[in-house]
Amino acid sequence: MAIAKRPSTEMGQRLFEYAAAPEATDHLKIADSYALFVGGRFVEPHSRRRFATVNPATEETLSEVAEADETDVDRAVTAAADAFRSWSRLSGAKRARYIFRLSRLMQERARELAVLETMDGGKPIKESRDVDVPLAAAHFFYYAGWADKLEWAFPNRRPRPLGVAAQVIPWNFPLLMLAWKIAPALAAGNTVVLKPAETTPLSALAFADICQQADLPPGVVNIVTGAGSTGAAVVGHPGVGKVAFTGSTEVGKQIQRATAGSGKHLTLELGGKAANIVFEDAPLDQAIEGIVNGIYFNQGHVCCAGSRLLVQESIVEPLLAKLKSRLGTLRVGDPLDKNTDVGAINSRAQLEKIEGLVNSGIEEGAEIYQPECRLPERGYWFRPTIFTNVAQSYRIAREEIFGPVLSVLTFRTPDEAVEKANNTPYGLSAGVWTDKGSRILWLVERMRAGVVWANTFNRFDPTSPFGGYKESGFGREGGLHGLAAYVELS
Amino acid sequence: MATAISLSHLGSVMRGVRSVDQVGVEERAAGLAKRSIKKASKLWALDLAIRCIDLTTLEGADTPGKVTALCAKGVRPQPGDPSIPSVGAICVYPSLVATAVAHLRGSGVKVASVATAFPSGQSFTSIKVAETREALAAGADELDMVIDRGAFLSGDYQKVYDEIGSVKEACGSAHLKVILETGELGTYDNVRRASILAMAAGADFIKTSTGKITPAATLPVSLVMMECIRDFSRETGKQIGFKPAGGIRTSKQAIAYLVVLYETLGPDWMTPERFRLGASSLLNDILMQIEKERSGAYQSADYFSVD
Repeated sequence: MAIAKRPSTEMGQRLFEYAAAPEATDHLKIADSYALFVGGRFVEPHSRRRFATVNPATEETLSEVAEADETDVDRAVTAAADAFRSWSRLSGAKRARYIFRLSRLMQERARELAVLETMDGGKPIKESRDVDVPLAAAHFFYYAGWADKLEWAFPNRRPRPLGVAAQVIPWNFPLLMLAWKIAPALAAGNTVVLKPAETTPLSALAFADICQQADLPPGVVNIVTGAGSTGAAVVGHPGVGKVAFTGSTEVGKQIQRATAGSGKHLTLELGGKAANIVFEDAPLDQAIEGIVNGIYFNQGHVCCAGSRLLVQESIVEPLLAKLKSRLGTLRVGDPLDKNTDVGAINSRAQLEKIEGLVNSGIEEGAEIYQPECRLPERGYWFRPTIFTNVAQSYRIAREEIFGPVLSVLTFRTPDEAVEKANNTPYGLSAGVWTDKGSRILWLVERMRAGVVWANTFNRFDPTSPFGGYKESGFGREGGLHGLAAYVELS
Repeated sequence: MATAISLSHLGSVMRGVRSVDQVGVEERAAGLAKRSIKKASKLWALDLAIRCIDLTTLEGADTPGKVTALCAKGVRPQPGDPSIPSVGAICVYPSLVATAVAHLRGSGVKVASVATAFPSGQSFTSIKVAETREALAAGADELDMVIDRGAFLSGDYQKVYDEIGSVKEACGSAHLKVILETGELGTYDNVRRASILAMAAGADFIKTSTGKITPAATLPVSLVMMECIRDFSRETGKQIGFKPAGGIRTSKQAIAYLVVLYETLGPDWMTPERFRLGASSLLNDILMQIEKERSGAYQSADYFSVD
């Protein structure tokens, strides 16, 4: 290799150029095409149709994936219903053994899963490696522990599984959302038909392979790939006892209409427009990190993202100065590079949606700030963006952008902060930054949000329930609450 | 010098210094430590690290012979390889300054002396000032003083402030590094207060530790201090230097400090004028890593002189 020469003068190369540090991909085998995972086997789709899944950072096709039609979905639900008879009667300890095994295999294959997640979805490898995959494995590990303790989980009640769970998950955290859905379902004795998002099916198919490797009884987990119509067939199937959906509020409303009166149990985890509230006594440098983590984590493709920053007026100036200079150090680019902070936008459609909303913000009169950064020529990219001078009525302050775009609003008093924070149809999450413990408690009592983070943001744990108020959905995932969504109590 | 804070209200000003969230700062530091610095950028960082080292010996057993050997190492860390630069400075006790000066003349390597009843700082201000004067008279270019932690922890910020001011006055044009001994301050809030106090009182550098107690320098403490330097620079326009010291033994650690420096204070601080690493055993590890990057293989430790 070349020997770098020492800069000849003190004023020589002062920029610390990080050399490319790409995660290796040679250990990963992506097949040219994938079938559906039904009854423990990969089966060709009845539909005979396939669609491409693309690497959003390069726009290259990674693989062709089967598109399940109603017949395919019916086969999957039938396989799950068949498997339910024996799986639900298996002792909790034996179910736990399988779920622990899934967890361990995910840990063993963590690197493969992380690289796959990053290639298929565009998120930085440091996030899939340090957040998505370990948390997904932790969810299986946590719920495996409950499988033989259901009667302690619900004292003096008799918990019974609901049957076949139809689960439709989004593209922002494909493997983690799979874990949130499948782990509690299996622990409680249900079987599963899961439909991953059409832009990110590969980690779910790798999980299917893990199910085979774990000798999970055939039909306990079935994975059908496809787009909206496949999802509609999955949740609409009459053989399904439980529907769990994570995705947009719009689709959530359709699902609620479709399942109304069907007797199906339903949980929905939908959109959000979280307020991240910074008081004047906040630890400012850490609040900056929290703001950055809140909105630029996973390119802002996070339903609980802190997309509305509410800043107390007395500190707007220093906070914005710090935030803008911090944005300049965000490394945007190749998601497989270990030093990348912000990766690729998940799809062209999402990029266009973000661009549309950002343009509306400019037109409505907000002031836009974007740092200098060189974006790759191919792929879907969007610069980290801050909007200031945002009025509560602007679309960028009301609608979920689901991209790396922050709207900054101000407040004068704690009451005003609460009022503005709650003034949204959503209610998934919120953040509060202050050095004053009593103010945190005061505020949490008044927030209409499923989770309120204090002096941190976007922090997840399998033991902690997560879910929304209002149009952010209902039902909780994670913790004991998450288990309750998969049992009927008598 | 013009100070950033009003002397008459020093105590209340210090108590009003913005707080630090422990979990947040440790998480940020851990995140930065995961940066992957490879190949040409690694060699560049290691070269800079050498130029920023304050090669240090601070033992009761130090002798002129030991200091002479250290000076030779500092001027030419890898004999026979002129591409390896000299270190930034040699750091010794005041009584050995003259020896170091004699061996470093014309080399460009600075002589730094600790003073002010190092490491405890538990003595009289007059003696601390006198010690400073003696060390500078012996030829030291830079002076590393300790703050009076007893006074600081008891809330007597004025005493700490005045003492730094007196030592600074005695220093004249010599560079003053102020050691906070963060391992004794207990909280990041205190680290922040002490950093701002030291800068306001006239420090040219703020330095984490004496190296005599654990914990010495840590990445989160350094991050807090750099954030203070950044704020101070924004408010006053003055660019204060930073020196972590104690417990930095590996290239990997040194690079982590450079990454935090780069992403917190930026390119202006990537120079021995504003950044130093206080270390004794770090240099050989860097030399080994450079050799490994160049040749692709680790060399035996026997190829590197132990001084």
